[in-house]
Amino acid sequence: MLSSILLEAVAYVGAAIGAGIVAVGAGIGLGKIGGSAMDAMARQPEAISKIQTPMIIIGALVEGVSLIGVVTCLLVVLMK
Amino acid sequence: MKMSSCRHSGFQKLFLILTFFMLLGIPAVAAEPEAESTESKIDISGMIFGHIGDSYEWHFTNIGDTPIAIPLPVILYSKERGEWFTFSSSKVEEEDYQGFYIAEEGDYAGKIVERNASGEEVRPVDISLTKNAVALILNCIILTCIILSCARWYKGKEASTDSPKGFIGLMEMMISMVYNDIVKANIPVHVQRYAPYLLTAFFFIFLNNLIGLIPGSANITGNIAVTCVLAFCTFLMVNLFGNKEYWKEIFWADVPGPLKPIMAVIEFIGLFTKPVALAIRLFANIMAGHAAMLALFGVIFITSSMGALLGGVMTPLSLFFCIFLNLLELLVAFIQAYVFTMLSAVFIGLSQPSHHHAE
Repeated sequence: MLSSILLEAVAYVGAAIGAGIVAVGAGIGLGKIGGSAMDAMARQPEAISKIQTPMIIIGALVEGVSLIGVVTCLLVVLMK
Repeated sequence: MKMSSCRHSGFQKLFLILTFFMLLGIPAVAAEPEAESTESKIDISGMIFGHIGDSYEWHFTNIGDTPIAIPLPVILYSKERGEWFTFSSSKVEEEDYQGFYIAEEGDYAGKIVERNASGEEVRPVDISLTKNAVALILNCIILTCIILSCARWYKGKEASTDSPKGFIGLMEMMISMVYNDIVKANIPVHVQRYAPYLLTAFFFIFLNNLIGLIPGSANITGNIAVTCVLAFCTFLMVNLFGNKEYWKEIFWADVPGPLKPIMAVIEFIGLFTKPVALAIRLFANIMAGHAAMLALFGVIFITSSMGALLGGVMTPLSLFFCIFLNLLELLVAFIQAYVFTMLSAVFIGLSQPSHHHAE
């Protein structure tokens, strides 16, 4: 009885910590992409449209991985 | 001198607004103890998943104990009895109807089930028009009306004689943005073949995202089945029309001999992970946005059940964050439609490699 309650609690804690780590990872990734893109845009304002497209694509890829993490954390909570 | 008085009045206004909201919160809290005796506990996760999930009826709100909902048709084929059943969802909402009922728990929780001869719960073939299905049809009709009414304006008009104004002008701006920045920029050849699909995908996702943000509407693009079908369409567009070079790059890549089989396996898996990532990205973004907004909204009910002061303080805060998140979701609605279309265009562009430029 106690162990099953404890297991459920551990699952919840794991999901919460996982969601936090996902946010950290996505933050680092998107921060690096955004930072470099800003640098590049400031250096060459005429190339903004050329920089923007790859920036969004890479941003979407990073975001995709982090969202898979979020969905996994959600599944942990829902499936128990 | 003038500036300081100006600032002073600004603070006063803010203070007044905050006090007003706090006062608004208190009567609701004062009524709480009576409500608490009838309702045992506030079920926030039930509320959230009720809002972002699918259901047999279109439920808006409860006034007192009477639910305000539109009943929708339920269409079932019972394998046990071998016949079709059609009835309104209001009949099955409270009690059994002709042996059908909505399962409370188990594998089919929330779905209509029946019992077979040995007493087990089984699912009939269910093609009911649920909330999401009805909303999907409605949104498609709205989208068709918008696009066809825009298209009619151009009929019988010479190019460069007249330019559209108002809503049609806005649509022309968006269509040319998608066509030039996404479709043409990423697909080198056969642009005309892919442009209709990509434009349709963009406006379908964008409209459904926007309508999903209206309180009381269905959460369509936050449904994994819908996004999976969209991603499957992209999968077909990429792989049905991929040229010879594309398949050569997948199964016989231009790498040293021993690496060829490894690359083939990786590229083959990549064929399927691309659309799966597309589906999960759209689904998780919209669903997470809705869930976060509803969770912040639920803070009002949780804190006001804890006490009047806490509820009064947290209600305006929660309201502020709700509005902020809703505006953020407006941005996300556009970005996700843009990203889905752009990644589809990039994948389609990759399926049309031409080595004329390289050589």
